[in-house]
Amino acid sequence: MKFMLMMNTPAGGEYQIMSWPKQDIEAHIAFMMDFNKQLSASGELVDCQGLSAPSQAKLVRAGKDRKPVTDGVFAESKEFLAGYWIVDVPSAARAYELAAQISLAPGIGGEPLYMSVEVRQVGVAPKD
Amino acid sequence: MIHSLDRSTEHLLRELAPQVLGAVMRRYRNLSAGEDAVQEALIAAATQWPSEGVPNNPRGWLLQVALRRMTDHVRSEISRRNREAVAMEDAPLAVAPTMYSEPEIDPDDTLVLLFMCCHPSLSPPSAIALTLRAVGGLTTGEIAKAFLVPEATMAQRISRAKQSVKTSGAPFEMPEASERGARLDSVLHVLYLIFNEGYTSSSGADLQRTDLSSEAIRLTRLLHKLLPDNAEVLGLLALMLLTDARRAARSGPNGELIPLDEQDRSLWDRSVIAEGTALVSAAFARGSVGEYQLQAAIAALHDEAPRLEDTDWPQILALYGVLLQMSDNPMVAMNHAIAAAMVHGPAKGLELLAPLEQDERLRDNHRLDAVRAHLLERAGDRDAAVKLYQAAAAKTSSIPEKNYLMLRAARVRDRK
Repeated sequence: MKFMLMMNTPAGGEYQIMSWPKQDIEAHIAFMMDFNKQLSASGELVDCQGLSAPSQAKLVRAGKDRKPVTDGVFAESKEFLAGYWIVDVPSAARAYELAAQISLAPGIGGEPLYMSVEVRQVGVAPKD
Repeated sequence: MIHSLDRSTEHLLRELAPQVLGAVMRRYRNLSAGEDAVQEALIAAATQWPSEGVPNNPRGWLLQVALRRMTDHVRSEISRRNREAVAMEDAPLAVAPTMYSEPEIDPDDTLVLLFMCCHPSLSPPSAIALTLRAVGGLTTGEIAKAFLVPEATMAQRISRAKQSVKTSGAPFEMPEASERGARLDSVLHVLYLIFNEGYTSSSGADLQRTDLSSEAIRLTRLLHKLLPDNAEVLGLLALMLLTDARRAARSGPNGELIPLDEQDRSLWDRSVIAEGTALVSAAFARGSVGEYQLQAAIAALHDEAPRLEDTDWPQILALYGVLLQMSDNPMVAMNHAIAAAMVHGPAKGLELLAPLEQDERLRDNHRLDAVRAHLLERAGDRDAAVKLYQAAAAKTSSIPEKNYLMLRAARVRDRK
């Protein structure tokens, strides 16, 4: 079963992490790298990506002339998607377990961030 | 499929793939069916050779299997057309050709194939995919994995690329002498893009995907063998080697990015540097000067410096100056400014970077911010440097680069 784990971080200034003391940023990065390494070693990692910041995001829709109309940036939202993993795991419970691990990533002073991680199953083909 | 083989057999199959396809193409002139036939032959070899042993004449073996597939394909095409013709109350139109014995192999076929796969009518992603499959002998699955796209997407991309080649009506022949130079430029560009995709993965958690870099080097070596006197082919091969020589020093134990000025130079591969440097000299001895040669010469100057402070920046600045005359590439202009900063101080570099801020092509590129941040840091303007490092970190979607830039910002900010 494939699941997408979406890591949301609070908005309130782009990339809050950048205001942290250096050793805390380092600890956070080391945690994420280690998590990815383990996920890759266990054969559960399908893909993981970090996204560029919300200031780089464009909202696009088609205009009356069918051409793209872009809005500068996102409207203020409480949280934004910072990155995602796609994992291939035997059960939803395992996906939740992994999401909880991500949620505990360290923040300032090494305290867990308790980030919210959205878990959604990735499309399955209908059974014949 | 090919990956399950031992390295020498895999190497052999990859080397033979374009030769066999070239021979099939010369007879049938159908890239789409020919390429499928060669892939089937490769798969047959990958299944049979490990248990039955490599045949005495592996190339002939592959060619026979591919031609048999081709004949089957042509027969079924003909009978399909005949059925349609009969339905229209016409006489049958044709019969399938008979098999020839040992067909001949012409080394130029591989070159013609490369020209065809890198045809200027193809978009770069299509040309890259087609080249890796038809000339590189990689399976669609392997190419899809290297580019992190689903296999079905890559299969579609390859099949559309073949269709474009067919529609372009390009004959399976060496391009006319008058256009050969421009066509070779397309080939070199495609090989360079494959190398870069492997060297700096544009997305994902990994900094480098060495399979693609190695494949690009292998294909460029092949091209160099076919065109030994071409200075730009020499230059490109040298550039790849001189860049790849630094691979081990380029990332830390957890895959974090280490920039050139902080790399442990003892990790650089001296023998690869020696080979690359010799190729640069050989290229310049040909008398003509091209962009790849210049880039390679610059890479050689970096590689030859035992310590960062030994780098011959005035020489690098001069080479970027020449390069700037030859191309309108904003990345070249950026590197020229960096070299100028190393020779004349950060203020000079920042002055040269200023006009680039208006360049549309760099608008969403994080590198310009990162370079400006670096020069501002050296000039002592820490607040501005931190802001720009952070801006660059926000723009990039490469995780290792983002991490590097965030830490750099924090380091400058926290420095007392």
